[in-house]
Amino acid sequence: MNGMLPWAISFALIAVALAMIFAAIRLLRGPAAEDRVLALDTLYVNSMIMVLTLGIQFGSRFYFDIALLIALFGFVGSAAMAKFLLRGEVIEP
Amino acid sequence: MTMNEIPFWADLLGSLLLISGSLLTLIGSLGLLRLPNLFTRMHGITLGNTLGLGCVLLASILIASIHAGRFVFQEVLITLFMISTSPVTTILLMRSGIYRKRVEAGGKTAERQDSPNPG
Repeated sequence: MNGMLPWAISFALIAVALAMIFAAIRLLRGPAAEDRVLALDTLYVNSMIMVLTLGIQFGSRFYFDIALLIALFGFVGSAAMAKFLLRGEVIEP
Repeated sequence: MTMNEIPFWADLLGSLLLISGSLLTLIGSLGLLRLPNLFTRMHGITLGNTLGLGCVLLASILIASIHAGRFVFQEVLITLFMISTSPVTTILLMRSGIYRKRVEAGGKTAERQDSPNPG
């Protein structure tokens, strides 16, 4: 195992895990509902970055599909919650 | 898994992209934790996370292309998807924050006047 790529991957995993802990703290103690929704969106993006880093580490292409699915469901969930906070209901007649 | 076929420049560039991307993500999430109100938090987290995700996606494209021996461009899909969907969530959250702040300030009678065609 040559090079500095494994060290960079370990560093990136630790940093992204710390970022996820920060987002989780904001999710738990956010004063308004918008803060919580924003923290949940951040948690989605951070987990996507972590999955992509794991895909680089293991050299597998399956992690790309997982990251794409996380992006899709994260957008749907965050947009639905933001729409609910804005209008009071998600799908309007 | 053929990790030792990576040339030196790809190793250096991939490590640099990974470290800068994870550091940007960490700084953005630290801004989410430390900044005082919703709008500054949204500013910090949007900048940090989008740039960090872009750097990690570039590193993933680079390493996967080196592994596969050809140009792998599937991560461009995630980039396009995030570029097109991240502003939608941000705009909805921002309008929701402004609206609820106005309602809290002006009582329950304050209605939306400036959005005749809300979406």
